[in-house]
Amino acid sequence: MNETLDGVFHYYQTAISLRSYRQEVLASNIANADTPGYKARDFDFGSALNTALKQPSASMNAQPGNVSGGLAMTQTGHLPANPALSLSDAGHLPGNPVLDPVGHAMAQASAKLQYRIPSQDSADGNTVDMDVERTQFANNAIHYEANLTLLTGRIKDLIAATTS
Amino acid sequence: MALSSIFDVAGTALTAQSKRLNVVASNLANADSASTSADTAYHAKQVIFQTLNLGSSADKGVKVSAVVDDPSPMHTVYEPNHPLANAEGYVTYPNVNPVEEMVNMISASRSYQNEVDVMNTTKSLLQKTLTLGQ
Repeated sequence: MNETLDGVFHYYQTAISLRSYRQEVLASNIANADTPGYKARDFDFGSALNTALKQPSASMNAQPGNVSGGLAMTQTGHLPANPALSLSDAGHLPGNPVLDPVGHAMAQASAKLQYRIPSQDSADGNTVDMDVERTQFANNAIHYEANLTLLTGRIKDLIAATTS
Repeated sequence: MALSSIFDVAGTALTAQSKRLNVVASNLANADSASTSADTAYHAKQVIFQTLNLGSSADKGVKVSAVVDDPSPMHTVYEPNHPLANAEGYVTYPNVNPVEEMVNMISASRSYQNEVDVMNTTKSLLQKTLTLGQ
């Protein structure tokens, strides 16, 4: 197992976030099955996953001096989160590293929503095909569960490797 | 957790479909409510669905934007002995088409069931997520 701990989890975290985002999009399509003029949307999971994985993960991106997103000090009694410690050496890590968007924000950034091309036109301009949406919804749910199962397997492997 | 917002989306759809079912029930209940003139007679009602934005760009719920009266003409029947007959002997019945209403009812009921299925699937996915690593 020649991987970092972050590398193990990053892939599954990205995949599960994208699956849950897609589940949301498909649920919106099913909810709007009877709305006149609603256009069904979806995104290509494979290319979204590729885009998301190309972005470096948070721990690899932590650069000294690149500090933002701290808590605002609203009271005089508040202490600053990064007191007098300065990053004087290239090997120092900042106290509050910059985190890349994860979960929902990451999924939103890397998944390009597209309109589905309907197989049959409808008079009210709605392009939701319930058969397609239900199939994709079930398919996506199974993939989500599969990702969870695989991730659970990896966690169990890691636990077995660290406790003997 | 993004999955939990599916409950909001499916929830808005459940509300909208049950309003539609409610309107169908009103129409069918009043299908034979006789009246003297078209102004006082019951008009068949229809719901207008509209997409509802819920925070994130992925979440699109649905809402009933308006309940409108069906513009189709009323049914007038010649029943001179009816107590509600007008001077010419005609009684006005609502413009409710029972066949259309039954179709509408089945469609609303199927859409409602779909939303319940969506919620059940989401619930089981969330429960599986909570037991991650066990």
